[in-house]
Amino acid sequence: MAAPALSIRGLTKVYANHHQALKGIDLEVADGDFFALLGPNGAGKSTTLGIICSLVNKTAGKVEIFGIDIDRDFSKAKYALGVVPQEFNFNQFEKVEDIVLAQAGYYGIPLRRAKPRARQLLEDLGLADKRDTPARMLSGGMKRRLMIARALIHQPRLLILDEPTAGVDIELRRSMWEYMQRINREEGTTIILTTHYLEEAESLCRNIAIINRGEIVENTSMRALLGQLDVETFVLDLAAPLESVPEIEGFAVARLDPSQLSLSVSRGQRINDAFAALTAQGIEVVSMRNRANRLEELFVALVEDKQGGKGGIR
Amino acid sequence: MNAQQTLIALWTIVVREIRRFMRIWPQTLLPPSITMAMYFLIFGNLIGSRVGEMDGFDYIDYIVPGLIMMSVITNSYSNVASSFFGNKFQRSVEELIVSPMQGWTILTGFIAGGAARGLLVGLIVTLVSMFFTRLEVVHPLLTCLVVVLTATLFSIGGFINALMANKFDDISIVPIFVLTPLTYLGGVFYSIHTLPEFWQHVSLLNPILYMVNTFRFGILGVSDIAVGWALVAIVGFNVLFFAVALRMLNRGKGIRH
Ligand SMILES: Nc1ncnc2c1ncn2[C@@H]1O[C@H](COP(=O)(O)OP(=O)(O)OP(=O)(O)O)[C@@H](O)[C@H]1O
Ligand SMILES: [Mg+2]
Repeated sequence: MAAPALSIRGLTKVYANHHQALKGIDLEVADGDFFALLGPNGAGKSTTLGIICSLVNKTAGKVEIFGIDIDRDFSKAKYALGVVPQEFNFNQFEKVEDIVLAQAGYYGIPLRRAKPRARQLLEDLGLADKRDTPARMLSGGMKRRLMIARALIHQPRLLILDEPTAGVDIELRRSMWEYMQRINREEGTTIILTTHYLEEAESLCRNIAIINRGEIVENTSMRALLGQLDVETFVLDLAAPLESVPEIEGFAVARLDPSQLSLSVSRGQRINDAFAALTAQGIEVVSMRNRANRLEELFVALVEDKQGGKGGIR
Repeated sequence: MNAQQTLIALWTIVVREIRRFMRIWPQTLLPPSITMAMYFLIFGNLIGSRVGEMDGFDYIDYIVPGLIMMSVITNSYSNVASSFFGNKFQRSVEELIVSPMQGWTILTGFIAGGAARGLLVGLIVTLVSMFFTRLEVVHPLLTCLVVVLTATLFSIGGFINALMANKFDDISIVPIFVLTPLTYLGGVFYSIHTLPEFWQHVSLLNPILYMVNTFRFGILGVSDIAVGWALVAIVGFNVLFFAVALRMLNRGKGIRH
């Protein structure tokens, strides 16, 4: 069997101020996967990604990229890896194309091969007309795309993106998703990303890990995780305000405001039954939506679970 | 990385470094030229004519080699110190760290960049000096060798400074409080034979004295010290400092958490 794109064993990180950011995590990402690493602020996502691309020294543990131990043959491992960090990390005074070409140079790619590739990448990422613009004059979303172009210049097999869509508008975010899906599908690039937009993770990623306070609290496929959802909560908008909370046999109902109800539907229950009861009571529902994104509900439950809160999954 | 890839990477850094100081030439190339022109004018022509001879040479001829060396030292040092610290400050040093380059490639690239600026400024100062005097170079090969080794040595120094620096102030402390005094006291303006014996001995502890004198020997053929040993020492310092800088870089001192 082919080596996984990423394999992490017992990864520990204690920062200089004695803060233990990672408490011995294990993680495996298959070749060709589209993987999300999720977790609240300060959970240890950037620390994990930083160790993989050697921006952060690890305290203990082992990291392999396509079976190559980063401590053994770091040069070979790095050829396989492209990184888009959370914070901007290019020289603000240099021009867009120069930044991408310099990165190619650091990988030993001759200019005659780097140039057409840089042009193509900047074109694909909508930066073609910004080639000669100093990086500081780009908008936030453009800067992020510049970092993606730079990370792809040496055609890495594994692309790591730390919050690539933070501060990117909806339209652009969608085009970035499409781009990442395309290179995942057509070039077989394995993609690992972190994001706080859970609907983004849900629609893009096949597999997922949730990290909280330096520990992996969940690591499974997106489908299996969503399948764990026991209770889904819907918000119903009513045609007319209600005086009191209606009772529906077998369902938990609450009034959010006079013309909004929340309805919790457990696994195995039929929404039809709830609507039949509402209709019988003369209550007219004009629209309905999920109270939260499905992944979000699980996420909150998982993260709260560890913090002593109440969980909503089995 | 194979040899060809390493060469491309090295070349990329060097070109980027040269582009940087060329782009900001009013800060990097112009000031030393103007300062040195002032030195030549005031110390060389106006005051120098009253000083008389130093070691058998017109005073201006005596100080020109020292002042060229002084420009090379300060410019090599500050080029690497500010460029590499700037990379740290803007986080673009991460571009280097995530790449497959070995530490020595990165280090050598920055040293070459710093030496390029030091030597270019040295050349400009030499050209400026021609308005004031005409010097014949007695030992051209030795002159080139010592100026290059000095440029690389102080580039390495600037690199170490940048690795240890946490804020911009930290890269101006060494030039102001260490390099400038040592250079002024390193025989740029006078022969140590003019000093009382005690201070002659103290001066011999100053490494910059050896570089200035070796360089002056290359141009004028006179020196306060034994040139052969000085050359050995300069090479030795280069090797030692390179090893220290490389070790710090590979351990991620100041650039990795
Ligand atoms: N350089 C550092 N020195 C000390 N502690 C640090 C350092 N960097 C991060 N930490 C700490 O390590 C923990 C994990 O940080 P990390 O940046 O990995 O979180 P994250 O999951 O990426 O969060 P976010 O979603 O906010 O980006 C945090 O508690 C943080 O305060
Ligand atoms: Mg982070």
